[in-house]
Parts: sequence; structure tokens; C-alpha cells
Amino acid sequence: MTTSSEDVLLQVPQVKYKKGDGTLFLMDSRLAWMVENRDTVAVSHLYADIKTQKISPEGKSKIQLQVVLHSGVSSTFHFTNRNGAQAQAQDRDRVKELLQNLLPKFKRKVDRELEEKNKLLSTNPSLLQLYKDLVMTEVVSSEEFWAQHASQYTQKKNAQSQEIGVSGAFLADIKPQTDGCNGLKYNITADIIECIFKTYPAVKKKYVEHVPAKLTESQFWTKFFQSHYFHRDRKYAESKDVFTECGKIDDQEMKKDIQNGVDDPLVDITEFDDKFIDEGYGTQLEKSNVGNGTVSQAMIKRFNQHSIMVLKATKSKPPENNVPQNGIEPKQQVLHPNGAVPATRTLEESNNLHKSKKQRIHEKISYDDLDTSIDCKQNSIAQLNLSKVERYLHGPMPGSAIEHLSPNDVAAASRNMHQELKQWRSRLPTSALVSPAAAVGALGELSPGGALMRGFQEQSLAQLVPPDIEKEVRNLYLGLCELLSHFWKCFPATSQASEQKLVKMHEALHRFHSAKIKPFEDKLIRELSPLSHNLTKHLNQLLNAAYQKFSTWQKMKMNHR
Amino acid sequence: MKLSVDGLIVYFPYDYIYPEQYAYMCELKRALDAKGHCLLEMPSGTGKTTTLLSLIVAYMMENPHMVRKLIYCSRTVPEIEKVMEELKKLLDYYEKEDGQYPSMMGVVLTSRKNLCIHPEVSTEREGKIVDSKCHSLTASYIRERHNYDETSPICQYFEGFSLDGKESNMPFGVYTIDDLKMYGRTRNWCPYFLARFAIIHANIVVYSYHYLLDPKIADVVSKELSKESVVIFDEAHNIDNVCIDSMSVKINRRIIEKSAANITLLEKTVAEMREDDQNKLQEEYNQLVEGLRLASAARDTDIILANPVLPDEIFNEVVPGNIRNAEHFVSFLKRFLEYLKTRLRVQHVVQESPAGFLRDVQAKVCIERKPLRFCAERLSSLLKTLEIADLTDFSPLVLITHLATLVSTYTKGFTIIVEPFDDKTPTVSNPVLHFSCLDSSIAIKPVFDRFQTVVITSGTLSPLDMYPKILNFHPVIMSSFTMTLARPCLLPMIVSKGSDQVAISSKFETREDIAVIRNYGQLLVEVAANVPDGVVCFFTSYLYLESVVASWYDQGVIDSLQRYKLLFIETQDSAETSFALMYYIKACESGRGAVLLSVARGKVSEGVDFDHHLGRAVLMFGIPYVYTQSRILKARLDYLRDQFQIKENDFLTFDAMRHAAQCVGRAIRGKTDYGIMIFADKRFSRSDKRSKLPKWIQEHLKDSYCNLSTEEAMQMAKRWLRQMAQPFTREDQLGVSLLTLEQLQSSEASKIEKQAQQN
Repeated sequence: MTTSSEDVLLQVPQVKYKKGDGTLFLMDSRLAWMVENRDTVAVSHLYADIKTQKISPEGKSKIQLQVVLHSGVSSTFHFTNRNGAQAQAQDRDRVKELLQNLLPKFKRKVDRELEEKNKLLSTNPSLLQLYKDLVMTEVVSSEEFWAQHASQYTQKKNAQSQEIGVSGAFLADIKPQTDGCNGLKYNITADIIECIFKTYPAVKKKYVEHVPAKLTESQFWTKFFQSHYFHRDRKYAESKDVFTECGKIDDQEMKKDIQNGVDDPLVDITEFDDKFIDEGYGTQLEKSNVGNGTVSQAMIKRFNQHSIMVLKATKSKPPENNVPQNGIEPKQQVLHPNGAVPATRTLEESNNLHKSKKQRIHEKISYDDLDTSIDCKQNSIAQLNLSKVERYLHGPMPGSAIEHLSPNDVAAASRNMHQELKQWRSRLPTSALVSPAAAVGALGELSPGGALMRGFQEQSLAQLVPPDIEKEVRNLYLGLCELLSHFWKCFPATSQASEQKLVKMHEALHRFHSAKIKPFEDKLIRELSPLSHNLTKHLNQLLNAAYQKFSTWQKMKMNHR
Repeated sequence: MKLSVDGLIVYFPYDYIYPEQYAYMCELKRALDAKGHCLLEMPSGTGKTTTLLSLIVAYMMENPHMVRKLIYCSRTVPEIEKVMEELKKLLDYYEKEDGQYPSMMGVVLTSRKNLCIHPEVSTEREGKIVDSKCHSLTASYIRERHNYDETSPICQYFEGFSLDGKESNMPFGVYTIDDLKMYGRTRNWCPYFLARFAIIHANIVVYSYHYLLDPKIADVVSKELSKESVVIFDEAHNIDNVCIDSMSVKINRRIIEKSAANITLLEKTVAEMREDDQNKLQEEYNQLVEGLRLASAARDTDIILANPVLPDEIFNEVVPGNIRNAEHFVSFLKRFLEYLKTRLRVQHVVQESPAGFLRDVQAKVCIERKPLRFCAERLSSLLKTLEIADLTDFSPLVLITHLATLVSTYTKGFTIIVEPFDDKTPTVSNPVLHFSCLDSSIAIKPVFDRFQTVVITSGTLSPLDMYPKILNFHPVIMSSFTMTLARPCLLPMIVSKGSDQVAISSKFETREDIAVIRNYGQLLVEVAANVPDGVVCFFTSYLYLESVVASWYDQGVIDSLQRYKLLFIETQDSAETSFALMYYIKACESGRGAVLLSVARGKVSEGVDFDHHLGRAVLMFGIPYVYTQSRILKARLDYLRDQFQIKENDFLTFDAMRHAAQCVGRAIRGKTDYGIMIFADKRFSRSDKRSKLPKWIQEHLKDSYCNLSTEEAMQMAKRWLRQMAQPFTREDQLGVSLLTLEQLQSSEASKIEKQAQQN
């Protein structure tokens, strides 16, 4: 297998692969492993195929190196140099470093595009389905698919993605599992880590400081799960830990915020009392000023802190846009030498404060139902207009689909009814309305299966169709509608390009018909014979409409020429 | 609109009016005509303030000689500011309609902390410090000193005011806190003293209860207000507690120690002064011989140390000889303090009457009653003479003298309780001497006696007959109004059992029961899952809140709660709570929704409104009974039973239910608002509790809502919420809960009244 033109960059003997001894070669453009004393290359990976390499952690008994391919396949090589672990590690490191240099050179550009598409497909299940239905069945070509049908997805990706907020319960959602030997295992995902970092910047800071220099990642998170962040009833003051400091930072931050005060006068309960009752007056018992005395008090404080930080995490983005404005303020404060700046509010500042305060109070004292002036403001708001509120409240109800009649109609109907009744009474004596035989016959006709109940089966179609067929029908609709929408978009075909596209789409429709709908119909006939026609009727109608349109268009074109 | 209330033309600054507002005006006018007091309950959110203001202002315009002044007392600063804004709106409306501004002046008075514009003093946040700093710049002797020593600092604003502020009248208008500050800045006048001066001739005065009820302040601030005034106590459901607090004193070891230090300092200062400037002390002595009349006419600036309520005869008497001399007085104080110290050195609880206390003082340290009565006045005179600037340091000693004066002035309605330790920590010695007022009518009596009409009003005053008893007055009008509603915008429910059918109750025997706590938790989780936006919960006490939160954490309730909404909890630190509240509002406004756990009787339950989306559901976990083991409460209950024939249980239930109603009423702040009220305790469904709820809540509390399980309640809530989410327009309300002028005129007044009262 090895061609003579290849240069061997590195050769490492005594490397095990799948329990077989052999030699590892690093060549120009690939990595190869040969079984000992044989000439055949058992393993060969082009560098271009390799995604990453991984090495076993320090201190493990086996010194290993793993390469992971783009396809997801991985190969593990075990270094077994007889000169001991140190030599093995040396071998491994040599390979690792060389690979590190080599791999980036072979990173293909195409990869990225492919990966992106892959990602798109995996994140959009409906797009994936469409891809399966249209491309894999060769109804449309792959390029066409990406260019036309998936354009909205690819474009959307370019648009700024919306910031994902932090769930209030992200810590609660980490459910511990017993690992079988009296220990607990916490599963933590990248999302949760991100949530933690967003909510607790102090933890992120610690993470950056400690990982991987002082702790490994898993050690860090183990410590995290032991800390007060996770066990809110633990006090951090007692333990000496990485997170003790975090707790203190959080507390300081909060204290600072509290000292800055509350800008809404209506909730600032420290300012509620106009005249404080001095110490020693009144009958109220002295407040026990223990602060974080008990565990539950600390816990309550932590719950508040958690909620506040979760909110802050989501709110922190917008201010970044006006960084320049915020950036100026601190500078201004520096100019004051005495440092008493925050206390002495400038007149302007306090005026602004008063304005917002006044606004809040006005909001509180205004009664929008007493005042007409507020109406004009309110009218601009679009309102949900429900014709039948009952239906909204209870959901659709059987028998509620009574159509509205105009009063005239109602009057006319009742008049007719009266007349009918009069005649009826004169015509038939009450004793013999219908003969028993006729009555039984009528009942039979009206029972399911009877002549008058033909429509019955169709009504319960939803119940008869098994879920997998239903899903398939849905997919068929999805694919067909996509194609049809492109087909109909071509009308009126004014330009050469659109005409070409029209023809192409027409062909695609035909292909879809034969590749997807036909087999499906066959399957239906085999499995659910009574339904076969009904299920695809509408699909066929849609297709026929398109075909008809196409043929008329073609005729018109012919005539024109 | 301009409407006629029993012949009186009232300007109402809105285009529409609620029927109950009209009925309220009718009743109020009757009380004004009769020159008597009245008690009116009207639901929160039905525009009580604007109704009160528009009727009384109209009455004052029409009969300027019968009602000269309106004194509007409210509880918190934000409420006071709201009143000012309503007043502004009303007077602007007068101007719009009549073409000229009415000759009325409304002014707000609040503490120095809120009004100070002095660049340094105003930066302080604590009221006490602002007061003392202000005093150190404006006291009479400081200003005298400034006359010969230019370097000693004074306040330019006060100087500006005293120079020409008193001669000129302020133009008509409404002066809010900010307006006063602005006015003061432009004229270089001190807003605080301007307001103090302005309330004497203003037509409308708005301030907090304390300026009228706390004898220490009222004596100075509100003394000169005219008799022909209408006094309104808004949000008055707690007025008896305010009265009691303003007359009660408690002394602990720390205060004794600090007072001892104060006395040493006094002694030293007096000795120094004796050497340096004997004349001054002699002068003071002479002054005291002349009587307190002169002393009481001291300048406004020295008011900080005003004494507790003093019967008039004291001013006519001369300070007794044995405390006239400064040294004698100091040693007199020393003796009294030593006596208090021995009283605190007890091993068991002592309870005695003021008379017994006085006898004991006489026997042990030979202090008679008469000099004790002058104690407070004598000390303030001495402190003035000694030119002690920083008065906050002397507050412990002032407290002691207040105790002396009170104990020797009142023999009835008070009790003295000495507790050697706190009941919760019997091992820690922490002796406290409570001098506790038992009779809330003592503090408010001068108000009822002096002013011709006193209006006591609130959203929750039920049962109405309790207040005349405990405040000892005879109202001419007593009425409760309902909220006329076009749609059932409140859904009160009593949840008496959890989904496992275990009865839920916060009564003492079961409150720590795991099943009860779990059911409370499940109820809350269900509510959080089904109710949009804000949910507020009230617990009976802070301790209970803490223990429940701890168990909820263990049971995983908190985790599941956090899945639906963010969690905020009231703490004992008000700054921290304010901050949490701010974020609670943010969470509600951002659409995330939040749950606030709070405490009945706490500051949140008394002063923060959760209108509209801030409170779509309120849960009351348990009945908020007061801590019944307290000896002060027991003494008060005994007193109420003996003096007013109020049964213990009646009073306790009354007190608990008014707080429950107050908590639950936080969620409804208007007719367009809507909210669920859940009373989660089995005991609420008993008729003695239910019947004590305000009428406007009771009306909607049908029998079928009184014994629900968690699921049933949620079922009802879901249906109701969907109904409430429908657009609600004025047209829906018109004619039912909202009237135009024409509708008002066409229907008979009596009919509207009846509709609003629905007795």
C-alpha cells in the first residue's frame, strides 16, 4: 500500500492498535499503522479526514492517542514502549506534536460549508424532512435545494440570532443520579454551563483562573456541585474553597447595588416612613439584627440573589450597545477629587429623578376608565376581536357551529314552521305517525353503515389512520407544498429564467409524484384499503391543478409562437 | 364634570364617576353638615382620595366659614405624594373650568430628610442625622454665635427664610415636596421651615399621621391649626396601633448605659459652664422660676426635644424648686436612672400600674411625682442652655425623661412590664422595661376634641363597629361601600384542603406539619403554573416564612417553583427587600413572571401596591394572628375587655382579619384591574372570620368558594382568568359601575346610594 513516493515523517514502533502490536507511521498526507512484521497497512487515515486528536490524561496507566475522523469513526493507539511509561509518553508526545502541526494544513475548506449545512439540517427537523423527501429521492438536486428551498434558513442564520435567556430553574434542572456505589453523578451540559456563567460571572472568572491550570474541568464542576451555589442551604463562610470567594464577590456586588438605592419611590420601603419612631419608642419588639444568622436566612438571601442575577443575566446585553455613554460617566466621577460624587447629586440628575418619580405617581393615580383623554391612546392598541368568546374560553364544542341568521331569516323560518305545523296537525292523526316497519327501516338507514350515513366514515378518518401513516401524509404535504409554492411562484412566466424554472419545477413535480406519492398510494392499498383513495385525494387534486395549469400555459405558449 | 351632591356643586376632575364615589360624597357631606366625625370604608382602587378631595374642596369654597382647613393625613411618603398629585389635578381642573385658579393653597409637610436642600445636610439618608445636623446649623444660640463669629457655619436657606420668608405669603397653588424644594431654591428659603410656617395658613395640609397623633411632634407642629378643620385619616385601618406606638416607651440595658454616659457628659458640661459663664445658668434658673410659659414659646427651630403630651396645667405651674438648679437636676436624673437600673435587675417578669411604679420610686429613691412630670421639659431647657449641638447623642436620656413625664402624667390606660429575658431565648439575660400604652384613644382624643370633623377612612375597616369602641368616639356617619362591578374582577377563594384532602391551616398545632407545608407548596406551585405574571404570597410571620421556605427547599417545592417563575422573598432588611421588590417588578414587566413571598404586617403588606400584572394572584397562607403570647398584648386585651367590653377573641380575630384583608387587597387597585385572592386556611371559612372581611370581598366570596381543594381552586381560577383576559371597555362598565353626568342626573341619588351600599 505504501507508495514509494511518500515520505515517512515519523516512525514509532511498539504501538498497539486493537490489541495487535505494530508500528505507527506519520507520512506526508496520512497516518498509517502496520501490523508487526507484515507489509500491509492495517490502518490508514488521510490527514484531511481527521477531525481532532485526543490524548489520555496525565497519570493514566495507559498512554494512548486517539484520532477522531469527520465521519465520527475514531482509532485509538496505545503506546507500549518497553522502556517504561516515560518513554511511552515521549513517543506519544512526538506523534501528538507532529500531528498538531500537520492537521491544520489539511483542513479542507469544503468541510466548513458541509458542516454548516449539516448543522442547519440537524437543527431544523422540518428542513431535514424536506431534504430527505426531495433530495434523497432525487426529485430536486442538492444544489437546487440549497439555493431555492432552504434559502430562508440560510439567510436566517445570517441574521442576528436572538439571545437565549436563562431559565430560572437551571440549577434545579440538574438532576443527580446515583452512580451505583454510594455516590452521586451530576450531568451537566454546555447549555447549563453557559447559564451558570451568564448568571454568575464570578464563577466564570474562577473557571478561567483555575481551569485547566490548577484544576481539571471535572474537578472544577465537582467542587461547584459541592458549593453553596448548588446546595443553597450550605453556608460558605465556614469552608475554604474556590467558591467561598465567589460568594463573597456576589455578596459585595449585591451590597453595592443595594446601597445605590432603588429608583422607584413606590417600592423603596426604606423611605416610606416619614418620621421614624426612635429607638425605645413604640411597642414593637426590637428587630433581632443578626443579619445572616440562621441558615434559612442565608438561604432566603440566596434565593433573592439568584433571581436577581438571572434577571441581570438577560438584561445585561442591551447596555453594551451604549457603552460609550456609560464609559464617560466614570471618568466624570474621577474628576471630583473628594470622592463624594455619588452622594452629591447634581441638580440635573435629581430633576430627572423627580420626573420619573412624578411619572410613576401619575401612573398610579390615573383611572383610565374615568378619563376620556386616555382613550385616544388606548385605541391605537390592536385588540383581539373574538366573534365568539365562548369558543375561546372552552375550545371548540360539538354542536356549537350554528350559523348566524339574520333576524329576518329567523322570522321567516318560524313563520314557515308555524304554517307547516298547522298543516301537519290536520294531515296526520297523532296515533299513527309512521308505520313500525318504516320506522325500523329509517333507523337502520340512519345507523352507521346505513344508506344515509355514508359520510360517516369520512368524518372519523382522523381516528382510523394510524399515527405513522398520518406522519407520512404530513411529510408528503410538506414536500409537495414546498414544490408547489415554487411552481406557482413562476407565474406569470415573463422572463426566460422563470420559464426555465417552471419547466424544471414541473418535472420535479412529476418526479415527486412518481417517487413519493405513487409508492405511498400502493402501500395504502396494501395496508389500509378502504382509505387509500381518500387520503391522497387532496394531494392528487393539488397536483392535477398544477399539471392543468402547466399544460394550458404550454398551449398558450405554443399558440403565441 | 360638575355634579350636584345634595345641592352642593362639586367639581370632579374626571368625565365619569363611579356610583360608590357619588354615594361616598353624599355621606361625607352629611358628616360635614353635622360637624361630626365619620367612619367610611370604601374599597381600594375606587378613587377614594380624589372623591374626598373634590367634595371637601367644594365644601370649603361654598362655606369658607364653616370649614377653614383640610388636614389630610396619610401613612407613607408615596401615599402623601399621591394625594398631592390628586390635589394638583383637582385644582387645575377648577382653573380649566372657571378660567381662574381657585384661591386655595395646598402644602405638604414632611420631615427634614425629604425637604432639606442644604448641600451637605441633604446628602444624609437617615432622618435622625439630618435633623440633628439641621439643628446644629439653625439653633438659636448657633445663629447668635454666628453674629460675632463669622466662621461658625449656619444654613443660608434658613437665614434666607427667617429674613423675609414670614412676611410674604406664598401664591395660591399646590406645593408638593419637589415644588417646595424648587420654590425654596429659587428664593433661597428653607423648604422645611417654609412648609412648617405655611401649614398655619394653608387651606389644605397633607402630612403623615405622626404630626397629629404623636404628642411629641403634634404639640409643636399642629398646635396652631384652626378648630374649623376637617381631618382625614386615610388608610386608617391601623390607626390604633399608631396611637399606641406614639405613647409607648421601652427601656433596655443599652439605653440605660448610654443615658449614664449622657449624664456624665451633662455633669461635666454643667461644671465647665459654672466656671466659665455662670450667668447663663443663672439666667436659665430665673427663666424657670418665671414658668414654662416662656420656655414653651421658644423658637421653632428647637423643636426636636418637644415633650410628650402635657396637660395644660403644667404650663401654668412653675418648675419645682428641686430640679430648677442644673446640678440638682442632673443628680435628680442620676437617681432616677439608678432606680431604673435596679428595676431591670429582675429575675422574673413584673407587671405593675403607673401608680404602683410611682409609689415605688417615692419609697426607694424619694422622687416625687411632681418633679418627674417636668422632667422632659427641664432637660430640653438644660440642653438648650448648655448649647449642645449634636442632639442625637442625647436621645437615650431624652427617652428616659419622656418615660418619667409619661409615667407621672397618666395613671390610667398604661402598664409597666419588666421582662428579664426574651421569651424565645430564655437563657440570655436581656431585661426590658416596657411602658406600654393600652388605650389607643388617649393619643387621638385631642384630635377628636379639637377638630370639628374627623374622617376615618380606608379600604378595609370592617367590622366598622370596632373602631368607635377602641378609639372611643361617636361618629355621626358610619358606612361601608361596595365596589360596583361590571365583571367579577376579583375571585376570592378559601382553599381549605390540599389535593390529598389534608386540611390546611396555620394554626399552632399543625403549622409545622410536613403535610400542611407541602400542601401550601403545591398550592403555590399550581398557582405559579397557571396564573400569568406576578403572584404575591403572605405568611403569618417572618419566622413562619423562614421555616416554610427551608422545608420547601428540602421538599423540592422551590425547584419546581423556579421552573415557572422567579422567586423573591421579603427579608427583615428593608433595603434588601426594596431591592428585591424592584427586581420583582422587573421580572413581571419582562414577562417572566415572579413570585414574591412576603409577611403580613410587614412593610410590603402595608405600603406596596401590586396593581395589574404585578399581582394577578395573592395567597394568604394562614390567618395572620398577632403573636398572642406577648405580655403587652395580653395586658391590652385585658384592658379592652375591662374598659370597652371587647372580648379577647373578637379583638384578635378583628385584628387578624383586617391584616388579611389588607394583604389581599393589595392586588386590586381599580375596576380595570383583576386578581385572584386565595385564603389558604381552613379556618377562614368559619363565619366569624368570613363575616369580618370587608363587604366588597365578602360579596364575591360565594358559599361554593369556601371549601375548595387545590385542584378545584385551580379549575376555577383557569376559567376565570380566561374570562378576565377579554378586552374590557368603558361601554361594558357604563351604567353599571360607571356613570356619566347624564346618567347620574337622571337616576335618583338615593337609588345610587343604595346600589353602592347594598346593605
